[in-house]
Amino acid sequence: MVEFLLRRAFISAITLALVSIIVFAGVRAIPGDPARVLAGAEADEAGLEEIREKYGLNDHLVVQYLRWVGHAVRGDLGVSIRTRQSVAQTVATKLPITIELTILSIVVALAIALPAGVVAAVRRNSGWDVFMSGLSLGGVSVPNFWLGIMLILLVSVRLGWLPASGYVPPWDDPIDNLRRMIMPALVLGTGLAAVLMRQTRNAMIEVLGADYIRTARAKGLAQRAVVVRHALRNSLIPVVTILGLQMGALMSGAVVTEQIFVVPGFGRLIVEAVFTRDYPLVQGVVLITASAYVLINLLVDVSYSVLNPRIRIGGGGGAAGA
Amino acid sequence: MATYPLALEPVAPPRPGALRRAWLVGRRRPAALIGALVVLAFTVMALGAPWLVSADPTQSNWKTVRKAPTWEHPFGTDDLGRDNLARVVWGTRISMQAGVFSILFAIAVGVPLGLVAGYYRGPLDQALMRLTDAWLAFPFLILAIGLVTILGASLWNATLAIGLGATPTYIRLTRGLVLSTKEEDYVQGARALGAGDARLMGRHILPNIVSALLVQATVQIPTAIIAEAVLSFLGLGVQPPAPSWGTMLNAAQQFLESAPWMSIYPGLAIFVLALSFNLAGDGLRDLLDPRDY
Repeated sequence: MVEFLLRRAFISAITLALVSIIVFAGVRAIPGDPARVLAGAEADEAGLEEIREKYGLNDHLVVQYLRWVGHAVRGDLGVSIRTRQSVAQTVATKLPITIELTILSIVVALAIALPAGVVAAVRRNSGWDVFMSGLSLGGVSVPNFWLGIMLILLVSVRLGWLPASGYVPPWDDPIDNLRRMIMPALVLGTGLAAVLMRQTRNAMIEVLGADYIRTARAKGLAQRAVVVRHALRNSLIPVVTILGLQMGALMSGAVVTEQIFVVPGFGRLIVEAVFTRDYPLVQGVVLITASAYVLINLLVDVSYSVLNPRIRIGGGGGAAGA
Repeated sequence: MATYPLALEPVAPPRPGALRRAWLVGRRRPAALIGALVVLAFTVMALGAPWLVSADPTQSNWKTVRKAPTWEHPFGTDDLGRDNLARVVWGTRISMQAGVFSILFAIAVGVPLGLVAGYYRGPLDQALMRLTDAWLAFPFLILAIGLVTILGASLWNATLAIGLGATPTYIRLTRGLVLSTKEEDYVQGARALGAGDARLMGRHILPNIVSALLVQATVQIPTAIIAEAVLSFLGLGVQPPAPSWGTMLNAAQQFLESAPWMSIYPGLAIFVLALSFNLAGDGLRDLLDPRDY
């Protein structure tokens, strides 16, 4: 067990190191002189040289990389070119908004996927099952930004039930916060719900065929108790793993969803940073996103091995991130 | 004198050909058949766009700005007076191009790397696996956005960025398939007969994993199509006035109240195409898996 955890942590550390090298190299690969970007268009050659000296751009690339990583580990991700605010601080103000959106969308996805998946598995091959898998296929295929636009068109423009955009912090007005977050959460949660529904169905079908379920039935337990207390609980483990692997898709989805519903979160920050060519901000944001993904999946793997001691050496995440 | 055959030709049981199997699967799974036909229709639309619609998809016309659908313009017109039907049809070309070529790129790069990693194992395999771990840590879209920032916004760069994002999946999938296939008796047999590494990989392993790779491609093409639409929607893909479904939706967003048709049709096209690919992919999985038909 300890050996597995150490091995897994070691692999994650290597992954994080590679991630940082990729991000560093990526920003260096952007055409143009970074000193020029920092100094602005009107700086002369002497000014550029001063900037290069100040930010150590004349040093060897390895030295620059190590200095950057050294700072990053201590939480110093540099300063945004545009706002002159620290990148870490900018991210810290935007991140809670995206975390709220993500948690809400996971709640939405689970609220749809678990009951639907369970019913589809229990009534396997029924009309209900076929309908559910059709719905799930539709959920995977629908581009979520279009779904968002259609929801705004129907719910906000036509029916006028919910505001189409904007953000209100929950501590200012929790009700208004939810009214503005429910549509983005639904849009972001749709794809996840579709994936989780399939996973729940398949896991449930496998579990329902197991011996202990037959035992539980033989004891005379009611169908409901067997399904919920025995089968569903054991089906949840693979569902949690998939949830971890889907975090990347959720982060991608958040970028688009926040763009459509004008939610001032992390995803909007990325797009803004790219458009304003704010490279330190892009660099910091991408590094944080990738690191978060690695750490979340490390946590999922660790909790998985704690929940299920039979799994000592996991195969690692092999599923496609989309 | 009667002639007798020296040996009886073994009478082979009638093996269902590929077409017949396709028919059998298609009959059992009408949804997959419909999906495949719709994908085919979109392919025809992409190739035949210049002959299918007469209106110029990039020609603005100030007299027909944001007109609701009529017989003349069944999908209405956009904010620059261009025919939406023509733009949706021409947009198929861009979407298919981005979707298919990005995945072809991912296959061209990922399959050889996965083949070599899975076949030789060792330090090269370890290095490749750690690298794909790191690569997969970047969410698909964020990776694509980052790459487009470096490369510049255009259709080909978006295609390349999406392809690079899908590559590690192919490396891992191929590697996994190779690991299980190379232990099979027929591969071991060919090895015992003296087949070299290249021959084993090219003639014995690759043909046996092609179908799994093909199924994966049908699942990834719709994802790539949606990714291109998203990049173009964000302004990081195809640049106006080219008719991409993503750029069309971007423009349509400002006119949700006055011209809802502008946002309905391009999105519907993405949805139908992605859904059809997924349906066809499900059917293809059945078709290529001879154990189950």
